Amino acid sequence: MSLLDIRNLSVRFGDANAVPVVDGLDLSVDKGEVLAIVGESGSGKSVTMLALMGLIDPPGVVSADSLQFDGTDMLRLKGRQRRRIVGKDLAMIFQDPMTALNPSYTVGFQIEEVLRQHLGLKGKAARRRALQLLERVEIPAAESRLDAYPHQLSGGMSQRVAIAMAIAAEPKLLIADEPTTALDVTIQAQIMELLLDLQREQDMGLVLITHDLAVVAETAQRVCVMYAGQAVEVGVVPGLFEAPAHPYTEALLKAIPEHSLGARRLATLPGIVPGRFDRPHGCLLAPRCPYAQSNCQAQRPTLEPQVRGAVRCFYPLNQEVT
Amino acid sequence: MMAASASATSVLSARELTRHYAVSRGLFKPHAMVQALNGVSFELQAGKTLAVVGESGCGKSTLARALTLIEQPSSGSLQIAGQEVTGANKAQRKQLRRDVQMVFQNPYASLNPRQKIGDQLAEPLLINTPLSSLERRERVQAMMQQVGLRPEHYQRYPHMFSGGQRQRVALARAMMLNPKVLVADEPTSALDVSIQAQVLNLFMDLQEQFNTAYVFISHNLSVVRHVADEVLVMYLGRPVEMGAKDLIYRRPMHPYTQALLSATPTLHPDPSKPKIKIVGELPNPLAPPSGCAFHQRCPFATERCSVELPQLRLLDARQVACHHAERING
Repeated sequence: MSLLDIRNLSVRFGDANAVPVVDGLDLSVDKGEVLAIVGESGSGKSVTMLALMGLIDPPGVVSADSLQFDGTDMLRLKGRQRRRIVGKDLAMIFQDPMTALNPSYTVGFQIEEVLRQHLGLKGKAARRRALQLLERVEIPAAESRLDAYPHQLSGGMSQRVAIAMAIAAEPKLLIADEPTTALDVTIQAQIMELLLDLQREQDMGLVLITHDLAVVAETAQRVCVMYAGQAVEVGVVPGLFEAPAHPYTEALLKAIPEHSLGARRLATLPGIVPGRFDRPHGCLLAPRCPYAQSNCQAQRPTLEPQVRGAVRCFYPLNQEVT
Repeated sequence: MMAASASATSVLSARELTRHYAVSRGLFKPHAMVQALNGVSFELQAGKTLAVVGESGCGKSTLARALTLIEQPSSGSLQIAGQEVTGANKAQRKQLRRDVQMVFQNPYASLNPRQKIGDQLAEPLLINTPLSSLERRERVQAMMQQVGLRPEHYQRYPHMFSGGQRQRVALARAMMLNPKVLVADEPTSALDVSIQAQVLNLFMDLQEQFNTAYVFISHNLSVVRHVADEVLVMYLGRPVEMGAKDLIYRRPMHPYTQALLSATPTLHPDPSKPKIKIVGELPNPLAPPSGCAFHQRCPFATERCSVELPQLRLLDARQVACHHAERING
C-alpha cells in the first residue's frame, strides 16, 4: 500500500461550472520514494499539494474518490484531527523562505513550537532538540542562530530553517514546493543535497514540486508532468527524459537551452496555456500540439497505463520497443 | 576629432568600471563603503552578446545600471560607440542614452499599468525624434509585428497580457530607437520554460536583424550558453573569469566558474562526475574578505589567497583572476 494515494482529485474555485484547477488527478507516492511534479505556472501542481494538506479555503472546493495518506482519509478529517497529522507526519516546505517564517518570532521559538505541538517536548529538551536540528541542516554557529529573527538570515539560511521545522517531527512525507527557485545556483545545489540526504536518512517520501526539469533529472525517481490541471505523463527517471511519450513533455524538454546545444533557435510550442475561457473541448494541448489530429480536437484522451508509467495522449511518442 | 583607437570597432567599451556605495550604519557612525562593482573592463562589438554571470550580490545589476547611464560610475571609463560617457555633459548624455536601452527582469513592474501598450512604445520616439504622430504609429505597429504582437494589442493595457507577452512589449520598447546596445537584466527568469524559449528566440531574431550588441545578465548558465558569445563571470563585484563562451564552458579555469557550472543542474547527470561542493554563502559585502574574495569558499585556497588579491591575467586565451589557475587546471 502506498504512503500517499490520490484518486481522481479535482479542485475548483467557485461553483460546479467553474473550470477545475486540478482535473481528475491520480497520484501515488511510496515510502522512501522521490516523486517530482513538473509543470508550468498554473498547471495545478501546487494546488494539488495544498488540497492534500487541507489548505484550500472557500470558495475552493476539493473533491476526490480517495485522498489516502498513511491509511487515513484526509478528505474526511476535521480541524483537530487534521492538525495532528499535518506538520507531523506530513510536512511542507514552501518556495519563498522569507515569507514562510514568522518575522515576529525567533528561529528557535518557531522550531520549538513544532516540537511542543507534535512531540510534547518542553523547555531545555525542546531547545536542545532545536539546536540539533539546526546543526543537522548545516547552519553555521547554530547555537547563536537559535535567537536570531528571520530577517537576520539570508535566503539560503531561512530555507534551511524551514527545512529544520519541516523535519522536526520526522515526517513520513515531505512536500517541497519549489524549494530552491528563489535561491542562487550554488545554494540551490547545497539545499537539494541536504533534502536528499534527509530523505534517505529518514526514509521519507519526498514530493518535489518544480518547473525545472534539470533538477528533476538529478533528484527524482518518478515524475508526473502536469498541464492545465491534468497529469499528462507519469514516468520514471531517466526513461522519461530519454523517450518522452507525451508531446508536451517532449516540448518542455526541447524548450530547455541545454537540450538543443549549438542550435541558433530553440524549439517552442506556439501559444500559451489555455485559460478559463478558451479551454478546448478535446485534448487540452491540441491547439498547441504539432502532432494533433482531428479526433484530438473533439475527444479528451484519458491517462492510459504504459510499460513504465502512463500517458494521456491518443498518439503517444517513442512507442517503438527497443 | 576622435582619436582612432582599438575601441573603434567596439560599440561598448568599459575600462576599470567601478561603483562604490556609501551605506549608512547609523546616525553617529561613519558610512561604510560597499564595493558593488570593482574594476570591470570589456569590449563589445556590434551584433555580439556578452553574458554577465554570477549570483545575487555579485554586481551584475550595478553593472547594468552603470552601462545604461542610470548611475555614474565612481571611477573608470565607459565609451559608447567610441564616445566617452564619463565627463559628458547633460546634452551629450541624453544623446548617448538613445544608444543604450534596457530590458528589465520583471515585466509586471517595468510597464506602466496606466498607459496603453501603443503609447508606451511610441514614447521613446516622442521624446527622441521629430516624427509626426502618424509616423510614430506606423513605426510602433511595425515593431509590434516584429516581436509577435497583433495590431489590436495597440490599444490594450499591460494587465491584459501574459508575462511572456509583456516581455515582448518591453523588448519592443527597448528596440524602438534602434539602439546600438541592449542591456537585458535577467529577462527570462520570471518566465516559464516554454515561454522563455519563445522570448529567447525573439532576442536572437532581433539581434540578427538589427545587429544590436547585447549585454545579457543572467544567473541561468544554460540560458547563457545558448545566447552568449563572450562570458564574464563575476564574484562580489569583481570579474573572476572572462572569455569566449565555448572556451569557458569547455574548460572553466577559475574555481568559482567551475563550481557554478558544476552546481547547475543538468538534464543528463553524469554520476561518475562528482559535483564540486562549495560551502558557505556569499561573504558580507560590507566586510569583504581580505585577498581573494572567494578564498573562504574555495577548495583550492592557500595562505596566499587570503592575503593577496589576484589580478586578471591572460591564460589559455581567456582572462582569469586566480593565483592557482595553472595548478588547479594542471
